[in-house]
Amino acid sequence: MELTSSCLEQIEKLNPEINAFITVSELALDEARKADELRSNNQELPLLGIPIALKDIYMTKGLRTTAASNVLRDYIPQYDATVVRKLKEAGAVILGKTNLDAWAHGSSGENSDFGPTKNPWDREYYVPGGSSSGSAAAVAANLCAAATGTDAGGSIRLPASFTNTVGLKPTYGLVSRYGIIAMASSLDSIGHFTKTVEDSALFLNITAGNDPFDATTTNKELPDYTKDLHKGIRGLKIGIPKEYLAMGIDKKIKENFDNALRQIEELGAEIIEISLPHTKYAVACYYIIQPSEVSSNLARYDGIRFGNDRSYFGDEAVRRIILGTFTLSAGYYEAYYKKAMQVRTLIKRDFEQVFNPPAGGVDAIIAPVSPTPPWKLGEKLDNPLRMYLSDIFTTTANLAGIPGLSVPSGFINGLPAGFQILGPQFSEKLLFQIGHAFEQTQERKILDI
Amino acid sequence: MKIDVKRVAKLANLELDDEELPKFEKQLEEILSYFDKLKEVNIKDVEITSQVTGLENVIREDKAAPSLSQEEALSQTKSQHNGLFKVPGILENE
Repeated sequence: MELTSSCLEQIEKLNPEINAFITVSELALDEARKADELRSNNQELPLLGIPIALKDIYMTKGLRTTAASNVLRDYIPQYDATVVRKLKEAGAVILGKTNLDAWAHGSSGENSDFGPTKNPWDREYYVPGGSSSGSAAAVAANLCAAATGTDAGGSIRLPASFTNTVGLKPTYGLVSRYGIIAMASSLDSIGHFTKTVEDSALFLNITAGNDPFDATTTNKELPDYTKDLHKGIRGLKIGIPKEYLAMGIDKKIKENFDNALRQIEELGAEIIEISLPHTKYAVACYYIIQPSEVSSNLARYDGIRFGNDRSYFGDEAVRRIILGTFTLSAGYYEAYYKKAMQVRTLIKRDFEQVFNPPAGGVDAIIAPVSPTPPWKLGEKLDNPLRMYLSDIFTTTANLAGIPGLSVPSGFINGLPAGFQILGPQFSEKLLFQIGHAFEQTQERKILDI
Repeated sequence: MKIDVKRVAKLANLELDDEELPKFEKQLEEILSYFDKLKEVNIKDVEITSQVTGLENVIREDKAAPSLSQEEALSQTKSQHNGLFKVPGILENE
């Protein structure tokens, strides 16, 4: 209850400026009170009384869910997403719903019909990264203990690296997509933001697992992700993709990344240069496949069963629907959509080869998340292609379906930076182990506002 | 690559104002030219990847479970008649 009240106070104080929340739940204090009662009855639940926020693309029964679009401005879902149900059952208190680029289309948080979210580290000028902009900002500014996100092309990892938070994009199919408004169904990964790697592992223990309502979820038996966190990384083989560093990367980001690399080497890991030759095609491949799936998923919004009609779509949704409809249309399907699905195979194979143990493969890969530090509000808004190119290092993981963990690695001119750890499908436990070991070498900087 | 935004918008059931068309046309043509990059990739005999799970034919038992009541299902619509969704006509009356 104390935790929840202090978060609600912080929201009241800072949300008008940061715009991280679209809706604050009126039930939060009641839920916190109930959690206290359960606790005094010695009930043990992993998240009992922990105040969290949900990206406003997760359906919440009785609590408005907008996808940050005017199409769903007044929509109140009749059921909970599977992940929301699991989090509630684990005892979490739902503080409210966070801002995003409408329908999760964007890399800056500015495409929201509810106004842009500001980066808590510079609330005047800078974007927090997107599309899970509000969740990242809310965790960074201590408006909540943890928050959920979705990552179809970097929408968790990018904002995590811009806000000094830990962001997990799980393996495709590890966490249920049921009840989360679909963006690109073959790419959408359901993850979260936390303050530490350990919290991230704890959160995944709750959200991961098979769901009969999502046929793409795995049947594998899953580990306790918090186990072996402290095992260290001595002897692990960590790959550095040479293509990532050759592709027009900001000097300061390169410096920051090199520092992280040195730390990892000092922790006893072996650093190996690797090659992912099809990396340079990832953005083109992604921005064909993703809008194609978007145009199909957004076709259902006709304003009949719920929501407003199609004239309420914002510019970015219109662009992606038109682009996707075009690349799927007769005469262009082979040249665009089919070709992109073939290139996707090559990108996926690149990873399979570098992770292949008999061929002396690496255990994991580390790489920068964003090619530049956070940019200014408005800077890329009129140039969609430039905005898309911010996803150059993140889209590959979604195309291949592998997990990625974004970990803070210090600051550049007062703004946060981070790097990502990528591993084979279902290697989250190893990613946490590496991330945690690195985190212990860093001075923890908490935003004091 | 030229794109007829007006025509594609119509296919996608979107109505755009005429003054918006040049902006979208310019932005989308820029994006489509960027896609030309893919022309240099050799994709001969490469299979497509449409999903990454490796799962096939996932089925479950056909068992009835509680579902939304009629009232709940209709709770978010502005378009209903006699407890049913009211949709635009498809076939014209003679």
